[in-house]
Amino acid sequence: MAPVAVTSTARRRTGAAAAYSVLGLVAVLFALPFGWLVLAALDGEASLSAGLPDRLTLDNFSAVLTFDISLRPILNGLVLAGGSALITIVAGTLCAYPLSRFQLRFKRPFLYTVLFATGLPVTAVMVPVYGLFVRLDALDSTFATTLFLAATSLPYAIWLMKGFIDGVPVELEEAAWVDGASRMTTLWRMVVPLVLPGASVVTLFTFMLAWGNFFVPFVLIQSPEKLPAAVAIHQFFSQFGAVAYGQLAAYSLIYSAPVVLVYLVISKVLGGAFTLSGATKG
Amino acid sequence: MSGPRTPPAVAARHPNLRRALGPMAPALLLLTVFFAGPIGWTFYAAFTDSALTGPGAADTMFVGFDNFTQLFSDPRFWDSVLLTVVFVFFSAIVGQNLLGLFLALVMRGRARAARGAVGAIVVAAWVIPEIVAGYVWFAFLSDDGTLNSLLRGLGLEGTSWLVMTPMLAVILANVWRGTAFSMLVYSAALSEVPTDLLEAASVDGAGPLRRLWHIVLPLIKRTMVSNLMLVTLQTLSLFTLIFVMTAGGPGTKSQTLPLYMYEQAFKLFQIGYGTAVALVLLSIGAVAGLVYVRVLKVEV
Repeated sequence: MAPVAVTSTARRRTGAAAAYSVLGLVAVLFALPFGWLVLAALDGEASLSAGLPDRLTLDNFSAVLTFDISLRPILNGLVLAGGSALITIVAGTLCAYPLSRFQLRFKRPFLYTVLFATGLPVTAVMVPVYGLFVRLDALDSTFATTLFLAATSLPYAIWLMKGFIDGVPVELEEAAWVDGASRMTTLWRMVVPLVLPGASVVTLFTFMLAWGNFFVPFVLIQSPEKLPAAVAIHQFFSQFGAVAYGQLAAYSLIYSAPVVLVYLVISKVLGGAFTLSGATKG
Repeated sequence: MSGPRTPPAVAARHPNLRRALGPMAPALLLLTVFFAGPIGWTFYAAFTDSALTGPGAADTMFVGFDNFTQLFSDPRFWDSVLLTVVFVFFSAIVGQNLLGLFLALVMRGRARAARGAVGAIVVAAWVIPEIVAGYVWFAFLSDDGTLNSLLRGLGLEGTSWLVMTPMLAVILANVWRGTAFSMLVYSAALSEVPTDLLEAASVDGAGPLRRLWHIVLPLIKRTMVSNLMLVTLQTLSLFTLIFVMTAGGPGTKSQTLPLYMYEQAFKLFQIGYGTAVALVLLSIGAVAGLVYVRVLKVEV
């Protein structure tokens, strides 16, 4: 018995060593492209190649942290992404509640359509949506663009919220209905508090998607003073990208900060390392 | 999506469509105006010579299948289809999916600190906005970029990656960006594979590869199908990353369908023609979506 045990321990040890080397290699390969982003942002004379700055400086940050270059676009982005996240979660929860609680004849086809819609490529709809916005005279409107972003997130929000509400026992509500409470009251007072962790993940996830979305505002919004950060950074790149690499890197970091923060919050809410996987696996 | 879960056997004593429609109204309105509407309009516009700006918008003509005849006889369209297939196959189905599965497998049972550190770097690539990922890779692969500096340091000759090998460049960038998603999905699935099953097989003499093939893969088959569908759909409609890195170029050497559509509709203002391309994209997405619903037999 003894030699077998030794071999298997030895083999396990080699296996672990191999696994850690592979993980180390992957980490280095994935980290390499990030090198430029961080180093160039802190470098007064940054180029396109990652290199140690002669002297660390925050000049790049102060150069782009002006109202016109980054602050107004960030505010616009917050309005756009925050607004669409709020609309999505409110409309999505309201829509999911009857789907979870009522016996409805159209429920199955509706839910299948919703699930189907989660897979449709939003990019493909942008040509007709542009046409729609031209006809509705809604082009360049922050409000209409917010509504559109909310609509694109609604299918998965409805789908996930229905799942969360299914998990809340209806007996809780029934007692309150007997006492004369309305359905909206029990939804608001009993169901919402219980699905709050799931609902906040859906809200934050919608925010992340909208904040990072470039194509939608790129097509639908034109006035420079209405552009969110996603498009403003692209304009900055087109104008100064060829010269001010350090500033581009600094702007990229500033623009990325909110979603990184939101992601960390989501991980905390879900209380595990494997964020969002529960929401996306089949 | 949430798994097959039996809905609670709850029936409103008086099933009332009107009472359900009240709370559902805002969502239904938004979905009709901004989702169903544009898709329906796609079907109509693809058969017209619609131009959306200027006086041409007033007298739109119905042109039947002209846009599609033109589209299907346009070699540039077929080039674009081929590039899209190559892009989706290598960056999503092979790259993200297999690398994600591989990372999830390697990370299983490793020290928490190592998992956390590697996971954080891989996930960071996925969390940053797509356009920033585009800049990061633009800088990494430019003539004076980090990769060529590193190669020079090793005494090797670099090349203009974005010009000479644009498809390889965008494929690598998309693998880098999207692997985290598959990794997270597979990690969650693997955490539900019972350890005692694997240990029992190990005692019976099954090596790691046989355990993977005969136990792990069959158990995560559903996850695999759904992950493949999701990464395919995400990659199919990917625009920003390629737009920033190569803008579909040089020439049309990395012009996948979304970039072709963008060029036709918004740069050449051929809205009808661009919509026909959009309809092709939508149809591929719809087929993938149907497969997703059918294969997984999702319970609602």
